[in-house]
Amino acid sequence: MIELKNLSKSFMTSDGQVDALRHVNLTIQDGDIYGIIGMSGAGKSTLVRCINMLERPTEGNVIMDGRDLGTLAKGELRDMRRQVTMIFQGFNLLMQKTCLQNVCLPLKWAKVPKKEAEERARELLRTVELPDKANAYPAQLSGGQQQRVAIARALATNPRVLLCDEATSALDPKTTHQILELIRDINRKTGITVIVITHQMSVVQEICNRVAILENGTVVEEGEVSAVFSNPRAEATRNLVYPEMAEAREHIGGNGQTVRVIFNGAEAARTPLLAQMAMDEHIAASILAASTRSVGDKAYGYMNLEIPGGPDELARAVKYLRKVKDVAVQVDVEYPAKGSDEE
Amino acid sequence: MNQFQRAFTPESLQEAWQIAVRDFPQGLWDTVYVTLLATFFAIVIGLPLGMLLVAGDEHGIHPMPRPLMKVINVIINFLRSVPFLILIVMVIPLTRLIVGTSVGTTASIVPLVIAAFPFVARLVETSLREVSPNIIETAQSMGATPMQILLGVMLPESVPSLIDNFTLAITTILGYTAMSGAIGGGGIGKIAIMTGYNRYKYAVLYMAVIVLVILVQIFQNFGSWLSRKCDKRLKH
Repeated sequence: MIELKNLSKSFMTSDGQVDALRHVNLTIQDGDIYGIIGMSGAGKSTLVRCINMLERPTEGNVIMDGRDLGTLAKGELRDMRRQVTMIFQGFNLLMQKTCLQNVCLPLKWAKVPKKEAEERARELLRTVELPDKANAYPAQLSGGQQQRVAIARALATNPRVLLCDEATSALDPKTTHQILELIRDINRKTGITVIVITHQMSVVQEICNRVAILENGTVVEEGEVSAVFSNPRAEATRNLVYPEMAEAREHIGGNGQTVRVIFNGAEAARTPLLAQMAMDEHIAASILAASTRSVGDKAYGYMNLEIPGGPDELARAVKYLRKVKDVAVQVDVEYPAKGSDEE
Repeated sequence: MNQFQRAFTPESLQEAWQIAVRDFPQGLWDTVYVTLLATFFAIVIGLPLGMLLVAGDEHGIHPMPRPLMKVINVIINFLRSVPFLILIVMVIPLTRLIVGTSVGTTASIVPLVIAAFPFVARLVETSLREVSPNIIETAQSMGATPMQILLGVMLPESVPSLIDNFTLAITTILGYTAMSGAIGGGGIGKIAIMTGYNRYKYAVLYMAVIVLVILVQIFQNFGSWLSRKCDKRLKH
C-alpha cells in the first residue's frame, strides 16, 4: 500500500514560487492499476516523481508499507527504487547498448551475477514478446517495441510498483492498446501495483481500476473508474471525460432537452440503439455529440442526445435507455432544469 | 629572382627531395609518436577531469563543493589561455623533473600534455553534457549510484561524440608539435622550421606542410569513420 499524505511540492523559478502539488492525499492499494490523470501542467509528473523520491516533496510524506520514503538514507533509497521502477514517455533506453544490455543494466547495478542477469533478461524479453531482439539496438526498433524493452528493464529487479509516466503518449492508438494490454497482463500475473500517469482518458478507461483527477496540483476527484466516469462531479473531470462537450453545447438549439448516454463497457456496440428506440418508443433522438470507442466488443464513451417533444418524451427516453445493460443515462443538469437524474 | 622563386628551381627542388627522403621518415615517426603519446596522456588526465566537471556540477549527479569546482575551472581556464610557446618555457622545470631533460623529442611531450589536457577535459565535458537528462533520470529511477551513472550510462552513451572530440584533440595536438620543434622537439614541424625556414629551403618547408596536411587528413578521416562505426543510433 502506498499512501500520499498531505504531499506538497514547490519549485523556485525565475518567475517566483510555483506550487506544483498542493496537499495531495491518495491511497493506492497493492495490485491496483491506479490512474492519475490531468491536463499538462497539472502536476502529474511531479507527483509520480515524488513517489520514488526523484523529486523531494516540500511537505508531506510518501508512505509505502508503513515506511516513510522521505526518511530513507541514500543506500536504502536506491534499494527502494529497485522496488518502485518506472517507464517513461520517451522510453529512455540506452541507445548505444543492445536490448539485452539495457534489460541487464538494473541487474548489473544490483550486483546480480552476469550469467544470472542475462538469463533473467532473456526471460523478460520473452514476457514482452521480443525474444528475438536481444541483440538489436533500440534504434532498430519501433516505438512500441522500445517501450516493451523499457518495460522488461523496469521489471528486471522484480519490483512491487511500476510507475508509468505518460508511457503510451508517444505511441499510436493501436500500439498504445497493445502496451496497455501487456501492462494489465503483467499486473494480473504478478500482482504488481501500477500507477499510470496520463492525460488520455482512454488510457485510464482501458486499464485502471481507480483514478484520481489532478488539476493545478490538487486532487479534485478520486474513486473507482466506472463511478468517476459515469458521473463526473468536478469541472476538470467533465472536461477530461467529455472534451467535446463544451463545443457540443454551442450547437444545442431546439428545446434544450438533452440527455447524456454513457457506455461503460456496454455490449451495445452492435445494437442500433437509437434506431431501436425510434421504432419502440417513437422518439427520434438526434445526436448532438458523441465519442465512443470499442474495446473488444464492448463500447466505452458517451453520446449527447436531444430528445424532441416535452418532458413526457424525455422521461420515456430515459427509461428506455436505462434498460440497456452497462449504460448510464444523465439528464444534463447544465440545462433548464428538468430535474437532475443520476445513476 | 627572389627567395621564393629560387626555392622552386629544378636544382633546389631536387635538393629538397633529397632532404625529404633523408629526414622525413624520422621526422614523421617523431611527429606521430609525440602526437599519439601526448594525446594519450592528455586523455588519461582530461577524461576523468571532464567527468568530474560534469558530475560535480551544481546540477550534476554528484554535486561537489562549489569552491572546489570553481578552483578546478579557474585552473583549466588559466592553462587554456596561456599561449603554447610560452607554456613550453614555463613548464621547463617540470619537464626536467619528469623526463630528466628539457630538450628533445620526448621532453616535448610534457608541455604538450599540459597544454592539451585542459582542452580535452572541456571536450569531454561537452560530450557528456550531450547525454539526455531523461536517460540520467531513468538510471536514477533504477537505483544507480552516481558512479554507475557516470560509467554505465553517460560514458557509453557519449562514445561517438567522445571519439569525434578526441579526433579534434589529436589534430590540434599535431599542430602544437610543430611549435614544440622550436625547443628541440623532433618531427616534421621541426624540419619545416629548422631546415625549411631558417636555412631558406622553402621547398622543404612546403613539402613538410603537405605532409602535415596529409597527416591531419588521415587522423580526421579515421576518427570520423570510427565515430560513425561506433554509433548505434545509426541504422546500419
